[in-house]
Amino acid sequence: MAAGVAAWLPFARAAAIGWMPVANCPMPLAPADKNKRQDELIVLNVSGRRFQTWRTTLERYPDTLLGSTEKEFFFNEDTKEYFFDRDPEVFRCVLNFYRTGKLHYPRYECISAYDDELAFYGILPEIIGDCCYEEYKDRKRENAERLMDDNDSENNQESMPSLSFRQTMWRAFENPHTSTLALVFYYVTGFFIAVSVITNVVETVPCGTVPGSKELPCGERYSVAFFCLDTACVMIFTVEYLLRLFAAPSRYRFIRSVMSIIDVVAIMPYYIGLVMTNNEDVSGAFVTLRVFRVFRIFKFSRHSQGLRILGYTLKSCASELGFLLFSLTMAIIIFATVMFYAEKGSSASKFTSIPASFWYTIVTMTTLGYGDMVPKTIAGKIFGSICSLSGVLVIALPVPVIVSNFSRIYHQNQRADKRRAQKKARLARIRVAKTGSSNAYLHSKRNGLLNEALELMGTPEEEHMGKSTSLIESQHHHLLHCLEKTTNHEFIDEQMFEQNCMESSMQNYPSTRSPSLSSHPGLTTTCCSRRNKKTTHLPNSNLPATRLRSMQELSTIHIQGSEQPSLTTSRSSLNLKADDGLRPNCKTSQITTAIISIPTPPALTPEGESRPPPASPGPNTNIPSVASNVVKVSAL
Amino acid sequence: MRGQGRKESLSDSRDLDGSYDQLTDSVEDEFELSTVCHRPEGLEQLQEQTKFTRKELQVLYRGFKNECPSGIVNEENFKQIYSQFFPQGDSSTYATFLFNAFDTNHDGSVSFEDFVAGLSVILRGTIDDRLNWAFNLYDLNKDGCITKEEMLDIMKSIYDMMGKYTYPALREEAPREHVESFFQKMDRNKDGVVTIEEFIESCQKDENIMRSMKLFDNVI
Repeated sequence: MAAGVAAWLPFARAAAIGWMPVANCPMPLAPADKNKRQDELIVLNVSGRRFQTWRTTLERYPDTLLGSTEKEFFFNEDTKEYFFDRDPEVFRCVLNFYRTGKLHYPRYECISAYDDELAFYGILPEIIGDCCYEEYKDRKRENAERLMDDNDSENNQESMPSLSFRQTMWRAFENPHTSTLALVFYYVTGFFIAVSVITNVVETVPCGTVPGSKELPCGERYSVAFFCLDTACVMIFTVEYLLRLFAAPSRYRFIRSVMSIIDVVAIMPYYIGLVMTNNEDVSGAFVTLRVFRVFRIFKFSRHSQGLRILGYTLKSCASELGFLLFSLTMAIIIFATVMFYAEKGSSASKFTSIPASFWYTIVTMTTLGYGDMVPKTIAGKIFGSICSLSGVLVIALPVPVIVSNFSRIYHQNQRADKRRAQKKARLARIRVAKTGSSNAYLHSKRNGLLNEALELMGTPEEEHMGKSTSLIESQHHHLLHCLEKTTNHEFIDEQMFEQNCMESSMQNYPSTRSPSLSSHPGLTTTCCSRRNKKTTHLPNSNLPATRLRSMQELSTIHIQGSEQPSLTTSRSSLNLKADDGLRPNCKTSQITTAIISIPTPPALTPEGESRPPPASPGPNTNIPSVASNVVKVSAL
Repeated sequence: MRGQGRKESLSDSRDLDGSYDQLTDSVEDEFELSTVCHRPEGLEQLQEQTKFTRKELQVLYRGFKNECPSGIVNEENFKQIYSQFFPQGDSSTYATFLFNAFDTNHDGSVSFEDFVAGLSVILRGTIDDRLNWAFNLYDLNKDGCITKEEMLDIMKSIYDMMGKYTYPALREEAPREHVESFFQKMDRNKDGVVTIEEFIESCQKDENIMRSMKLFDNVI
């Protein structure tokens, strides 16, 4: 239950008056406010800075340090205040949490210091409010990454014998800093990529003349040398590729990845060239294949983070780039058409057709202006100038959009993933809180009987056993209990509900008569008989732990002729005293009494011996005997 | 302090400083008008009007203001607050009925005066006052008598608060049967409606109800 809402509990309880005239059964007693003291101010001295607040403010969260009795450890008798030797800045946030119910994270605070303080005060960081949660999580993640990096660099010195050879190799390939060998391999491949690219380039440079023939490019002059270099490079690349293929954890995925495709494309031309004969016709095609050797430069992207980011940028901005292309195409077509018709009149015009004018338009719009095609007519010049002006605009407009789009998309992607993860966590937290509060009620119901049974024993020291709920919680549970009484149904948790559903569906067989002491129609009001608490009921103390079992065993009880097959095993029905003055309001139906044996859980019998309750003969007599612990349940 | 004054000053300022923006004015509007603040009357007046002591009023107001800093509760807020107490079921319908019962002047919001006036009747009023208040709660259209349909609505809303996981499992007819038994008890002349006199008379005859009406006396 949220903090501030606890202040509305009195209102919710008062509003329960609306159920009273409708209810058929009497209501349970309200929990007595034994220590009703006036709300007082308490002073919290945190490293010299004094904070003051109401006591009830702190008691809103009884499972934290300040809300529980744990703060008594810090009480200073001399100054009559609570002294904490902690950071007062963070304490401000903590105290605001009690006041407003929202925990904020101050940005200037160090994340680990903040976490430490929260841990000290017993507050879970998950309840940080939405406004500050993202910031908190970001900082926490950075911190965790920093710690991980530290750990990694420590681990790199150690050897990890647990990894298999294959895994070590893969790690070496992916992260060259893991070992010296990996680093050497990294540099060697990088060197050979560079060598390969440079040889490709230098091959085409004219190298001086051999006397008697025209100028040759170096590649043809020193063809043997270049061939050897090429072979060496390709061998290295092939070996590298095969090694990576061997070490990859998922070979299929590796083959499909972009980098491996680049690798393959880079070395393919060499092998194709080896295989092919020196046929004149085919070698023309072969030469074109050599173009693909330039793809080797992309292998550098394994070595360069920047290249990878660039590739990702282009991929993610595909739609913006497409828009740019489309708008450019539109403009080009328009202007080319206009220029063509404008220049149609002039003689010896280079604008022979509209496609021919495309070249002029592109060159003008990108402000290149080669000058190989120029308009000669006045109309042509006018439109040409309009074309160049608009070119600037058309190009300059989408580019910043692309740039900002990229940064927006990139950050948005990250934030969307973060939010998705947070949403799941948040829903889980809300669900846990909800089930927590309803489970708390169910749990306290079982404990509540124990408390009442103990109270009736009259042993004051045992009263405190099980009194773990705060006053606010007990009041809330009393409210829920009143609702149960009003509607004559009880809260249970999900598993029990499903169990009951299954059992009720199995109960449609007319089964054999159950062993019953007495079965006769009578009126029992399970809820109402709870009023009478004068008798002592030992068996009740067994119930809290075994109520589940008893409900299971009830399913085997045969119910005779009841119009409404609704089982109400109220713990209260185990009371000996059947109310003779039965409330006429309650539902009536036939009952069957049956015997259920409930084993005594040893932990729950606080008393040494049991007092046999007065055996009063009545329609529903329970005669529990300690020896056999047989308890009767009257079922409606 | 009220909304109207702020609206007028808003339109003036919009023209003057040119902050009026065609594209975004609707958004700005919402932000400006939502900060309406309501202050209750003085402590002495409330002490006269209700039966709470000064200290009790102080405690009540502190809790009220904490949850509703603007000084008034609207229906959404109210439903949300009330639903925190019933995590297993759906309390929104019953919360609506409660809201209508507290909102005596039917202006769509419950101020602290309304809140405290209602609580004063429930917690410090005579039994007859409380029965009157409960009758007012059940009488949805405030026509002086409770029909079976009104009672059925109320009953359904109460049963909704139990949620799905109950023992025994909630059946469809449970609210209706409950309404039938209620009318059997309350409707003296069997005319199908329960008037205020019948209601009070029948309740006074029922010990259970009399006792439970006093159950929450010491809540504050």
